[in-house]
Amino acid sequence: MREKKLQFILSFKNTVDALEMEQIGQKRNLPGRLIPLPSVISAGCGLAWTTEPENRELTLSVIKEEGLEPASMHEIVF
Amino acid sequence: MIYLDNAATSQKKPQAVYDAVLYAMGHMGNAGRATHAASHGSSKTVFDTRALLTKFFHGDKISNCIFTKNSTESLNIAIQGSLKAGDHVITTVMEHNSVLRPLYAMEKRGVELSFLQYTEEKGLDYDSLDSLLQKNTKAIVCTHASNLTGDMVDLERMGEFAKKHGLLFIVDASQTAGVYAIDCTKWGISILCFTGHKSLLGPQGTGGMIIAPGVEIAPLSFGGTGVETYNPEMPLENPNHLEAGTLNGHGIAGLHAGVEYILETGIDKIRSIELELMERMYTGIVHLPGIRIYGNFKTGKRCPILNLNLYDYDSAVVSDELFTRFSIATRSGGHCAPLMHEALKNVNQGSVRFSFSHFNTKEEVDQTIEALRILSEEG
Repeated sequence: MREKKLQFILSFKNTVDALEMEQIGQKRNLPGRLIPLPSVISAGCGLAWTTEPENRELTLSVIKEEGLEPASMHEIVF
Repeated sequence: MIYLDNAATSQKKPQAVYDAVLYAMGHMGNAGRATHAASHGSSKTVFDTRALLTKFFHGDKISNCIFTKNSTESLNIAIQGSLKAGDHVITTVMEHNSVLRPLYAMEKRGVELSFLQYTEEKGLDYDSLDSLLQKNTKAIVCTHASNLTGDMVDLERMGEFAKKHGLLFIVDASQTAGVYAIDCTKWGISILCFTGHKSLLGPQGTGGMIIAPGVEIAPLSFGGTGVETYNPEMPLENPNHLEAGTLNGHGIAGLHAGVEYILETGIDKIRSIELELMERMYTGIVHLPGIRIYGNFKTGKRCPILNLNLYDYDSAVVSDELFTRFSIATRSGGHCAPLMHEALKNVNQGSVRFSFSHFNTKEEVDQTIEALRILSEEG
């Protein structure tokens, strides 16, 4: 397995919100991508957004401007 | 991309399915609404597909083949439409949320639930069926195969038990319709719930039910049916009783082509190719360090699913790396089967599912084995 790094990961209430996050990321040029929801966050089905921890503030300010609310935020190794 | 997520949906369909959907979209009217050529053509396609599926699943009457949008909708209609407060249901821990959530919803309305337990070593604990039976037991609701491990449920045995005790027998065939021949009549299935987009090779948005004679189900949806316009209630006769609104005629046309393809190719032939691919992968990875495969592979009678974890990595990490590094598409996480994960003791890790189609190739499987070998070696 590749070396796993600490990541800033956002989970969402539903897939619609996760895909909206991806859309916002593309529109606002946010670094990051969708990943399968890590089981450590929840054992359920779903998607999450991952980015480098240094992008935390930028990501949060942009999604706040866009009116998107994550379900939870984590810094975990992925 | 090597697509090994066929238990979620079959990505590749026979060419005839694409052709049928495209033709239907350009020519179909609304089935059962008029006698002009466009509507009648649609009615005929829907009728022919009902007839084909009734024969395919050994149902009794063509009118008792009901179309829905997927297995989940079928199961909701079956479960909510046939149970009431005070009833008791026997189900299993192998179920998908498509069975569990409707049952939990009914539990809140006063239905009691009991679960048959599962272990990898022994499978489902059929011996405890008798002890779970209550005076108010109304139904057995169970899957034909786990969407997580591919392990199968012995429907003949469950059906015999249901028949002996006069129970409704509701079956979720999401993973097996199109993989194994299903005989509703012989196995005493009261309501078979199937989806069209997996191994029946049809489009997403198609599914249905095969209902045994005499089984009464209250409708879940109400609306136009094309018949009995001035009746304020849903018509009592199937299929209209349970089908409100315009059917997915375009999808049903594709489903017809999918089932015809299976009949022409041979369901046993399709399954043997899929199981051979699964076996090839199993043999290629079972010895690798850090690989933990779930389910019973001692029996040849299983669905073409291989579910695993690698060391103690989160299954999402493994699935993500398989895709981003090797272009191998799998499913990770909880697979909507919470009780099965509990039985397998991997709730916190989830698991990575590889599921095969006969359109997959040995070369694709070998590339997947090599990818897992690399990941295993890297530790």
